[in-house]
Amino acid sequence: MHVPDGFFDAPVSVGAGVVAAAGIAVCLRGARRELDDRTAPLAGLSAAFVFAAQMINFPVAAGTSGHLMGGALAAILVGPYAGVLCISVVLLVQMLFADGGVTAYGINVTLMALTGVLVGYGVFRLVTRLWPASAPRRTGVTVGSFLGALASVPASALVFVALFALGGTADLPLGAVLTAMLGVHVLIGIGEGVITALTVGTVAAVRPDLVHGLRGQAAPLEIRTPEPAEA
Amino acid sequence: MKTANRRFLLAFLLVALVVAGVLSYYASGDPDGLTKVAEDKGFAAQEKEHALSDSPVSDYGVKGVENERLSGGLAGVLGVGLTAAVGGGLFWLVHRRDGRDEKAPAGASAER
Repeated sequence: MHVPDGFFDAPVSVGAGVVAAAGIAVCLRGARRELDDRTAPLAGLSAAFVFAAQMINFPVAAGTSGHLMGGALAAILVGPYAGVLCISVVLLVQMLFADGGVTAYGINVTLMALTGVLVGYGVFRLVTRLWPASAPRRTGVTVGSFLGALASVPASALVFVALFALGGTADLPLGAVLTAMLGVHVLIGIGEGVITALTVGTVAAVRPDLVHGLRGQAAPLEIRTPEPAEA
Repeated sequence: MKTANRRFLLAFLLVALVVAGVLSYYASGDPDGLTKVAEDKGFAAQEKEHALSDSPVSDYGVKGVENERLSGGLAGVLGVGLTAAVGGGLFWLVHRRDGRDEKAPAGASAER
C-alpha cells in the first residue's frame, strides 16, 4: 500500500500532508493520556513489531502480494492516539529503505496511520461493545481485532481512490480502479485480520494488563488483598 | 512486576527481530496490492524514482553485502532497531509521568 512519489499532484500531496500533520499533532497530545511508564516501552516495540511484520509480504492472488499495515494492531495494543504515532514512525523509517515516497509521506500517513486506526479501532470498539457479556471477553477482543483489521485495509484502499479522484496524476476510469483496489485489498485485509488477531490474542493471553483494547469497557473485577508477607 | 514486564518486552523485541531478520527472507516477491493495480490499470509509469533510492539500505538490503539472505536480514534488524529507538524515544517523551492515576488531567504539568 506504500504510495510512491509521482502518483498524486502537488495540491493533494500538500493537502494530505496538512491532514497528516494535524492528525499527528492531535495524537501527540492524546497519546499522553494513553501511555504510562509501563506501556510507553510497549508502544515503541509495537512500532518495531509493525515494521518487522510489514516485511512479510504474503501472496493473496495470482501474482499479487500484501502485507500488514498495522494500524488496527497498534491501536488495539497501545491505544488509537499512540497507534497513529506508531504507524507514522514506521512510515518515516521506511523512507530510509526507499519504501513509500517522500512527498507521499502525508498521503501514506493519511491512508495507513489515520484511516487504518480510525476504521480498525472503530470497528474493534463496536464489536467489543456489542459482544455479549456472557461470552468470554478475550474472545470478543480477538474477534474484534480480526474484524477491525480486516475492515481497515479496504477502507484505506477506498481513501486512496478518493484521493486519486481528487488529484491522481493519471486520467483513468475511476470505477475500474476502485473495483481493482477494493478487490485485492479485501483479500489483504483477511491477512491483516489474521495477523492482528493472532498478535493481540497472544499478548492478551500473556499480559492482558498491557492491552489497551482490554481496558475501559466493563473493567474486570480485581482481587486486591493486602500484600501477604512472603519471601 | 518490573521483571515480568522486562521479560515480556524482551520477548516481543526478539519476535520482531526474528521476523525482520530471518523470516522476511521467505516473503513473497510479487508486487503488492497497490503496485499490482497500478501496473494493471496503467498508472505505474507515474511513479518517480525515490529520493533515497541510493540509501545504504534501500529496498531492504544493505549495500555492499553480497549474500542476499544476510543483506536482507541485516536491513530488517537495522529497521527494527531504528524503529524501536525512534518510537521508544518519542513515546518516552510524550508518556504520562504522574504514576498510576488514569484520570489525572493531561497536560497539567509544565515539565517537559
